Amino acid sequence: MYTDRVMEHFNNPRNMGEVEDYNAEGTVGNAKCGDIMRMTMRIENGVIEDVKFKTFGCGAAVATSSIATEMVLGKTVEEALNLTNYAVVEALEGLPPQKIHCSVLAEEAIKAAIANYRENAANLT
Amino acid sequence: MFVYCDNAATSPICKPALDAMTPWLTELYGNASGVYKMARDAKTALENARRTAAECLGVAPNTFYFTSGGTESDNWALKSAVEAAGETRRHIAISAGEHHAVLHTAESLKKKGHPLTVVPVDPYGLIHPKALLKALRPDTAIVSVIYAGNEIGTVQPIAELARAVKEKDKNILFHTDAVQAAGHIQTELTPDIDMASISAHKFGGPKGVGALYIKSGVKLPPLLHGGGHERGRRSTTENVAGAVGLAAALEHMTRNRDEFSRKVTALRERLIEGVLSAVPYSRLTGHRERRLPGHASFVFAAVEGELLVCRLDCKGVAASSGSACSTASLDPSHVLLAIGLSHEEAHGSLRLTVSHTNTEEEMDFVVQTIKTVVESCRQMSPLWNAKKGEPLNVY
Ligand code: FES
Repeated sequence: MYTDRVMEHFNNPRNMGEVEDYNAEGTVGNAKCGDIMRMTMRIENGVIEDVKFKTFGCGAAVATSSIATEMVLGKTVEEALNLTNYAVVEALEGLPPQKIHCSVLAEEAIKAAIANYRENAANLT
Repeated sequence: MFVYCDNAATSPICKPALDAMTPWLTELYGNASGVYKMARDAKTALENARRTAAECLGVAPNTFYFTSGGTESDNWALKSAVEAAGETRRHIAISAGEHHAVLHTAESLKKKGHPLTVVPVDPYGLIHPKALLKALRPDTAIVSVIYAGNEIGTVQPIAELARAVKEKDKNILFHTDAVQAAGHIQTELTPDIDMASISAHKFGGPKGVGALYIKSGVKLPPLLHGGGHERGRRSTTENVAGAVGLAAALEHMTRNRDEFSRKVTALRERLIEGVLSAVPYSRLTGHRERRLPGHASFVFAAVEGELLVCRLDCKGVAASSGSACSTASLDPSHVLLAIGLSHEEAHGSLRLTVSHTNTEEEMDFVVQTIKTVVESCRQMSPLWNAKKGEPLNVY
């Protein structure tokens, strides 16, 4: 049911773990099946210098988090905010219909991490 | 290496079944209801198959009806039993450990106005006679209890449960879904049991054929109407090859049961011991002893089962999971919840079902593969404390 690309990503996930000196953190949960995704980032001058994820979820959830980190790494915060779950699914060459909801988690985790970064920044000033 | 560990989902067709079937799929294609010789030969083969299969189950041939599989048999038993029971008996009682074929049939009858009681199971998946008796009502039409669970492998004290029901009210029909049990263990279809469902592909037979045992004297209207096959109880052109395959496979299992069961139990024990000692924060689900010979089921803390199954597949192990992410409905398995697991625990479920064709070497490979895959899944789990090597919220 999964494409080769999805399998490749859940077998060898990129950017898995936690950024050591992160200044942005987002944890989101999936009400549908109860899964959890956590993104940590180091953002400097509006650019995502490093990003890592941890995911408790299905193969599709792991593959989407893995490829999403690749897609936002080195991008500006604004660019990252424009990342949609559709783009993630496309990059994975498709997901089975019942797994589309898992890709929403990656988009949400990135948005949550950036929101957290902005909050932190606002609190500092 | 590729190791198939999902025999409870389906099993490879055994040689005796395939050989027995081949002629009926090729040159001997006659319709068993015809009058010419080719048709009569097919009819004879069908009746011989019925006799052989019935004998294996220790029941009379005229109580054994071929169907298209376990699901049809379960549907037939429940739907027709309530139909026959009429207005005065509308209540249905099933166990919390049923297969979807019984559970969803019962739920659909509930929508049509039949009160439904789901009898709880204990943490090992066992149903206690007391709990079952508590569920009975004066208007109970049918009780359905799975003989051996497909998800956690627990074997129920079926004869005892059926006896308890009949002692309380002999007019209640007792059905058992024996799909996982038949062929693998000695099934006791005592006089207290009115109906039993079986499916050929779970014991080395072909897919698309099963049977319903209906004790003589039990009035069960047909589910399928048509040309009046199976003595008017189940219409559709007879699946002669399927019936012959079912009988050959069941006979093969029955004849060799002691040997197979000894071998499979030893393999299963090797697997259970291996996994429990190699993987921290793992536990067995279901009953430690009262389980199907080839059935091993686990939960692993902080790991999601669908991911586990997908990664095991890529490493050459075919297994299954009852986690929410691995079902179409995105709900965790009702059986795992019924034995008291939380949603989180059910998330980490894995089922391995082995057969007599597996080897010790394969079991060791499976254990090692599970160990590696669980470890790497935990490394990416936000619910796992990698430094301490334990789950965050200790399960
Ligand atoms: S994370 Fe649960 S189905 Fe994908």
